[in-house]
Amino acid sequence: MGLVEAGKMPKSITKLLNISRKYSIWVYQWGLACCALEMGAAFGSPRYDVMRLGVIPFPASPRQADLVVISGTVTDKMVPAILRLYEQMPDPKYVISMGSCANCGGPYWDSYSVTKGVDQIIPVDVYVPGCPPRPEALLEGIVLLQEMIHNEDPAERWKGNDREPIVVGGGEIS
Amino acid sequence: MADITADLDITNEAQLRYIASQAVDARVNIELETDGMTLNIGPQHPATHGTLRIVAKLDGEQVIRSEPIMGYMHRGYEKLSEVRTYPQVTTLINRIDWVGSFANEVPFILAAEDLMEVEAPPRAQWIRTALFELGRIANIMLFLGDMAVQLGGSTAVFYAFRDREFVLNQIEAATGGRFHPNFNRIGGVKDDLPAGWVGETKSAMQSVRDFCDEMEDLVLGNEIFQLRCRGVGVIPADIGMAYGLSGANIRASGVDWDLRRDAESPLAWSELDWKVWTHPDGDSFSRYWVRLQETREATYMVEQLLDGLPAGPIMAKVPRIIKVPAGESYVQTENPLGSMGYYVVSKGELTPFRVKIRTASFSNISITPWLLEGVLVPDIATILASLYFILGDVDR
Amino acid sequence: MSTTETEVDEEAAVEPDVVREAVARAFADELGDAYIEHHIANGRDLWIRIDRSAWVAAATFAKTRLGMVWIDFVSAIDWLPSPFGRDMEAEQDWVVHGRDEAEAEVQQTGVAGGDTRFQMLLRLFSPDENMGVTIKADLPDDDLSIDSLMPVFPGTNWHEREVWEMFGIHINDHPDLRALYLPSGFEGNPLRKDYPLVARRVKPWPGIVDVEAMPEPDEPEDASGEAAAAGSDSAEASSDDESGQDKAAALAARLAALKEKRG
Repeated sequence: MGLVEAGKMPKSITKLLNISRKYSIWVYQWGLACCALEMGAAFGSPRYDVMRLGVIPFPASPRQADLVVISGTVTDKMVPAILRLYEQMPDPKYVISMGSCANCGGPYWDSYSVTKGVDQIIPVDVYVPGCPPRPEALLEGIVLLQEMIHNEDPAERWKGNDREPIVVGGGEIS
Repeated sequence: MADITADLDITNEAQLRYIASQAVDARVNIELETDGMTLNIGPQHPATHGTLRIVAKLDGEQVIRSEPIMGYMHRGYEKLSEVRTYPQVTTLINRIDWVGSFANEVPFILAAEDLMEVEAPPRAQWIRTALFELGRIANIMLFLGDMAVQLGGSTAVFYAFRDREFVLNQIEAATGGRFHPNFNRIGGVKDDLPAGWVGETKSAMQSVRDFCDEMEDLVLGNEIFQLRCRGVGVIPADIGMAYGLSGANIRASGVDWDLRRDAESPLAWSELDWKVWTHPDGDSFSRYWVRLQETREATYMVEQLLDGLPAGPIMAKVPRIIKVPAGESYVQTENPLGSMGYYVVSKGELTPFRVKIRTASFSNISITPWLLEGVLVPDIATILASLYFILGDVDR
Repeated sequence: MSTTETEVDEEAAVEPDVVREAVARAFADELGDAYIEHHIANGRDLWIRIDRSAWVAAATFAKTRLGMVWIDFVSAIDWLPSPFGRDMEAEQDWVVHGRDEAEAEVQQTGVAGGDTRFQMLLRLFSPDENMGVTIKADLPDDDLSIDSLMPVFPGTNWHEREVWEMFGIHINDHPDLRALYLPSGFEGNPLRKDYPLVARRVKPWPGIVDVEAMPEPDEPEDASGEAAAAGSDSAEASSDDESGQDKAAALAARLAALKEKRG
């Protein structure tokens, strides 16, 4: 176990590491459905450019990614693939659940083939509500995540202590 | 052999022998019978097509047999429609073809209006047609950029996203949603157009035309694109018909068929002066070419629609709680992806009894096993990109 | 060709639809006894009901002789009224449009008739003639199967797999009948009416709830709509989890009664 995870790092070094981590996030886009287009607009279009935040959306594989944005409806058939993807990512990893389908099943809450929210499978750090959320909402989610990383204690995260997920636009997870 | 393995840290005799035999095999591979490899593409693509998985059995570089595996985006639309009222179904069906999404609502609303024997006023029909064509433009613009990036030319998709924003702005100004407008109501549309929308949309159409010219130059005129696409994935017209292909896919095989012109529809297409584009070749290049021309044609249609917009109410008199009389109705329209139809069975209740959704992409990619036989692996991406499907449309 | 078609169809609003009647007659002549009845929506559409033994013959006839070379879809319909009641009608809404207990239980079939619970639908279209036909065939309850149309239209491959998966209707001579959409290990046929949407059974629909009444001009229907809205407001205030449980219990009792009735 490294010094950071064991909690033996001085606070200033941890802060420095946090700052460097938050400005160099590599995002793996797991675009499933309609939200994938807003995510594509946020990441790829010059108007809502996400790269100015230091977030680069071009990792070649999940093993190079820090953050995964799950955007779109999660079906029961897709669950093993998502789990495999999440397990491939190295720590410290973050998950943003984008759109109401990924948050809680969304408009398909009563469907026989939809998983009611991706947080039933993997732990989520930021919920971005909307159907679809505007690209600005996703950027807000990323900025809030960056703030969270800035104030994070890596030792606590490594130990797996309960994290408070953030909901963009306020609101609480019950 | 001993020299090669001198640096390796392998001590196992058997392993060394295995490596040696592989090296020998590699040299005589042409004469040996290869077992065939199964290549699994997906279900996650970097493109926005979505969660389609293609399993291809290869012999070297050629595909012997392929099969798309779907269902990763199956949300159960037909079952969900049976427990939702008609306005609620309208909200949901936006999300089938999530790129040109206004177009998904229209056939359903037309089928319900047919059963209720209600006709939307002319202004509403013209507004519907204008938004329909704007949805088509938004959809195909994504395709024009996307096919290029599937082939490796990543420039085009940035232009596509940038210029799509103009069209999405206009859709949002009128309906409130960039996509998923939920703007249709049985009997008309929800609201009238905002002030200044007509002028702004016309300038947005000019930007789209500039974009089309740019794509024509950048992508269609590109030698590499032409070499990779001409003659690849040829679909003869009769095979296409037997598989139920529709839209630009079948028009690129020379079939002169467009539901906007041929089918009787209350929407305003018959009042416009426009042209149906076809191409005789039926290969991937012609599918891109036809869609590019259609986008440009759609911009001219939108301008004609906005010039000739009739005045009047935007909503017919319908009861507040909609109960559609019993009956069955099927309406098909020329959606951006192809021909989309809703077979609505009603029993006179608040909710439909059965809604069979006939989507274009489902039939469009049913031809994939036939089409990918004997094709080289790099061409798989070309062919799939040119068929242009949206997974929500395939899986419903 | 298409302009004369539309002219004929426009006139047919009052007069009979001669073109579609000719098509129906052609089917009747070709299929003989297997042809049962037809229904024409003047100027709009044509439905034909046949015996399922002539399924492939009808499709072949349409493709080769009537020019209907384009396969639209193959599907099915389950005419059983939902044993879970009419989902969208909660107690609050009975004020507006009443509740007809008896009407809800009778199984009705649609245009062009039908006697059985399951019916197959096939739609073919001719782009040149701009004419389509919807062919229906009854399936007896004890033998839910039908012949495959793949020899005629290869595009029906996936449509038939979907029908099998969603309704449980077996397709004879289909080369590759397996699930299309649903994950392996999925039990049941979702589009059958007796397949429940579990989320809705657990949390029933609370009714049409308006926070404030819609500002509408004075019309009799709208007055009753506002009354319903006012009614639902007060009902909303009083309904909470306990009434939800009561509803669930009532639903369970009704389900048990239905099961008993069916033996």
